[in-house]
Amino acid sequence: MAAVAARELVDGEVVFVGIGLPNLACNLARRTHAPNLVLIYESGAVGATPSRLPVSIGDPALVTGSLMVCGMADVFQLFLQNGRIEVGFLGGAQVDRHANINTTVIGSYQRPKVRLPGSGGAAEIAIHAQRILIVAKLSPRAFPERVDFLTSPGQRVAKVITDKGVLERDGTNGELVLTALYPGVDVADVQARVGWPLRARPKLGRLDAPTAVELQLLREVLDPQRLYLRA
Amino acid sequence: MSMQDAVARMVRDGDVVVIEGFTHLISFAAGHEIIRQRRRDLTLCRLTPDLIYDQMIAAGCARKLVFSWAGNPGVGSLYAFRRAVEGGQLEIEEYSHFGMVARFLAGAARLPFWTLRDYAGTDLPRVNPRIKSVTCPYTGEDLATVPALNPDVTIVHAQRADAQGNTQVWGLLGVQKEAAFASTRVIVVVEELVDERVIRSDPNRTLIPATVVSAVVVEPWGAHPSYAQGYYDRDNDFYVGWEAISKERAQLANYLDEFVHGVRDRTEYMEKQPRLAERLRAGEQRCAGVNYGF
Repeated sequence: MAAVAARELVDGEVVFVGIGLPNLACNLARRTHAPNLVLIYESGAVGATPSRLPVSIGDPALVTGSLMVCGMADVFQLFLQNGRIEVGFLGGAQVDRHANINTTVIGSYQRPKVRLPGSGGAAEIAIHAQRILIVAKLSPRAFPERVDFLTSPGQRVAKVITDKGVLERDGTNGELVLTALYPGVDVADVQARVGWPLRARPKLGRLDAPTAVELQLLREVLDPQRLYLRA
Repeated sequence: MSMQDAVARMVRDGDVVVIEGFTHLISFAAGHEIIRQRRRDLTLCRLTPDLIYDQMIAAGCARKLVFSWAGNPGVGSLYAFRRAVEGGQLEIEEYSHFGMVARFLAGAARLPFWTLRDYAGTDLPRVNPRIKSVTCPYTGEDLATVPALNPDVTIVHAQRADAQGNTQVWGLLGVQKEAAFASTRVIVVVEELVDERVIRSDPNRTLIPATVVSAVVVEPWGAHPSYAQGYYDRDNDFYVGWEAISKERAQLANYLDEFVHGVRDRTEYMEKQPRLAERLRAGEQRCAGVNYGF
């Protein structure tokens, strides 16, 4: 997933980075085909070049050697609301048929079965980044027909990168459809892990397995302790 | 002023309390002192409640929580928070990060609300009626609004300040400046007290001026397990370990007994953990410096 997500990034783009796999993907892209990627973290680090894998979004390694550090009012008003962010990464406990994301509650809001962390910056990233990439593992629980709570709207979602294949919003009604598969995975494998009758594009793309260089960077340089690669 | 005196004088039962700092510079020392002094019915506000509010919720200090992301950063859940919310025992008022930042901006500018282009298509306004909207008088556009947040007391940790409270910060800045200007009382907690000449030698680094500061507390390592850039690293092992501690009510109570109620102050807290400083002390990475001459 990290390698597929990395390949979605174009050199020179301004990317709003989340922690975990998106962070791995961005730093992989920066060390391969996109050395001029500008990484912005909601904590205020702009043009970060972390020398160790940041464990949190506010890691001190994001500051050391970055191009700029600004307060969070500037991050949200001058970068995000201003329209300066080209790509935003989001994840979530639930992603639904229309790519809406839930990171707030499972069950009812007043008496939740599981209380999740909430929006953080996700709601405004979903509204303001020009293109949203979602990275999430497929399962019927994680991909229901409708989210229990709509934290971040799906209108700007370009791709949902999963462990089985890639989903994209259909041009006519905005519904997620299967557009590409990893080697060895078939359409039924994906459909079995999605909570609505998932349609597949007639011509499916084929996702290349990670190259030797990508694997070496991910395993030996970016995440040697396997903090995120295991997941 | 000692932390004990600062909390005794400035933090009252029923107050709206803000301990800000986004991952960086979170004043755990102040949170622990508030727990020791058994403050009650507080409205705790922060973008990320983090471990400090999880501890204060577990200790019974909080009546209400105002927040935008309540997780253990990079790890998972805050279990005292989850138990309280899933059990219906804690009132919450929830925003997104931008919403919370905007509330502090309005508070700091002494405006009644702030406008932002946000929340369209989300369920947040449905569960938080304080998120409203206004029609722009110039363009007719519908804009989201959030009300000003003006805390009774804001507590921020910083690298250094002079005796008057002119406070300098570097590294991640979070929303501390706005929170301090929005607040009635402000406690600044610093790693080092410096001479006013040090502040004047580099005025661009001053985040909070003495004019808005009520008390200065010198408390080295006062942000642990959060961090202070250039002084000590974040204690990620502690954040990871909190998962198991906070999951069990009894374990969390034991933690508070030993590391909060069981020590008199931060000095004793650090003495209890003699190898902490060695493990987390920051390396050197000096900046080039600039010429302020004319």
